[in-house]
Amino acid sequence: MIQVKSLYKSFEDKDVLLDINATFNQGKTNLIIGQSGSGKTVFIKCLVGLLKPTKGQILYDNRDFLSMSKNEKKLLRREMGMIFQSAALFDSLSVLENVMFPLDMFSSDTLRDRTRRAQFCLDRVNLLDAQNKFPGEISGGMQKRVAIARAIALNPKYLFCDEPNSGLDPKTSLLIDELIHDITTEYDMTTIINTHDMNSVMGIGESIIYIYQGRKEWEGTKDEIFTATNKRLNDFIFASDLLKKVRNEEINDISANDVDL
Amino acid sequence: MILKPISTFGQYIILMGRTFSRPDRMRMFFKQYLNEMVSLGINSIGIVLLISFFIGAVITIQIKLNIQSPWMPRFVVGYTTREIMLLEFSSSIMCLILAGKVGSNIASEIGTMRVTQQIDALEIMGVNPANYLIFPKIIALMTVIPFLVIFSIFAGIIGAFFTCWFGGILNVEDLEYGLQYSFQEWFIWCSFIKSIFFAFIIASVSAYFGYNIEGGSIAVGKASTDSVVMSSVLILFSDLVLTQLLMG
Repeated sequence: MIQVKSLYKSFEDKDVLLDINATFNQGKTNLIIGQSGSGKTVFIKCLVGLLKPTKGQILYDNRDFLSMSKNEKKLLRREMGMIFQSAALFDSLSVLENVMFPLDMFSSDTLRDRTRRAQFCLDRVNLLDAQNKFPGEISGGMQKRVAIARAIALNPKYLFCDEPNSGLDPKTSLLIDELIHDITTEYDMTTIINTHDMNSVMGIGESIIYIYQGRKEWEGTKDEIFTATNKRLNDFIFASDLLKKVRNEEINDISANDVDL
Repeated sequence: MILKPISTFGQYIILMGRTFSRPDRMRMFFKQYLNEMVSLGINSIGIVLLISFFIGAVITIQIKLNIQSPWMPRFVVGYTTREIMLLEFSSSIMCLILAGKVGSNIASEIGTMRVTQQIDALEIMGVNPANYLIFPKIIALMTVIPFLVIFSIFAGIIGAFFTCWFGGILNVEDLEYGLQYSFQEWFIWCSFIKSIFFAFIIASVSAYFGYNIEGGSIAVGKASTDSVVMSSVLILFSDLVLTQLLMG
């Protein structure tokens, strides 16, 4: 579980995050949604320590991340996995070597065991056949799957995904979402996903927080989002006619069920 | 005006502080170290040999045409060619050339890794990116550069002989005598010492520019150019200081 308490972040005189309080539960896919420029990426970067918050607390299973020493942070980071918007695979390494990289760095297993583990992770994302290819030789969706395999290689407790579906077609996006959701349940991880993909919200949004101009505006689940009264959230989520229609149908269904009862 | 260079220097020192720490995994360090020796050193042998060969030949011709006279001994061409190759070309000028080839390579490689979030990925894994990426490059270049100096000196001398064998502008015996005349072993060591300093400048300055990129592909190009300019200026400046210290 990750708890965030009164988190602030500003760059010089510009406030980007203002008093964020949130709890991200273990074994669930926790989504952070919001418009571009709302502060989602800054928030996730603060969570993983790529940016230092101005003030506040980040607790990883009650361990205060911000007051940890350099070495303690280093050890905690070995419990984290991250999937970047651009996949961030190492160009000079093959797919297998990319997945083996965290194992090579931190595992004391033999080469055989490390290779076996990396191949297991690649098999989990259905990419064992591509193990000898280089990142430049595979598609964007496959790169994201390799990034997932690399992220789970060390059995992390916390998984962070920064817009994992960006640049992918709807079908591949769905596949990535399902994979992240399945892996979260399988490994009982605390997963935090930054997204503005509505399919992800409707599909895997077990816990959602909505950020607007650096402030948390709303918190709930994918089911609660249909009946949310927050105008900004509704404007953001149900921006298209199609989604408005889906929402109306959903509300009608809920009303009909209430009448039946 | 004055704050920016001070802040840049401060950032450079902080980066070097992060770079020169104990590697997380020695096995990975040695793997990277060997890869970098191949990529930065062995892959530069061709250009070093080519340029040194022609410069050696041209120096011989220029000295013969412009300096030699009936009042000068005939071996002066070989002697001057050797001193120029040994003291300046094979260490300083060759390192300026390598600042262009190797320096831009380092800056653009690390810069691209920054832009594509590969450095962030390393950081999140708990790896010290500066140590993992920059340290092997610095050590590898400092290891291979004395060998490149030796190759350069030999290629230059072969170039000088080439002008005698095929150009016929000088007697081979005179060139040979000049090359051996009043030889001081210390000059070779001076070349090695200077080149090792220059290798550190090339690798660390280029890595600094690549590591601190903010932006996209244009920033990568700018960092690459800036790294070559800054490395070249620092090489020239430290050449002055080192020459005075070692020879003065």
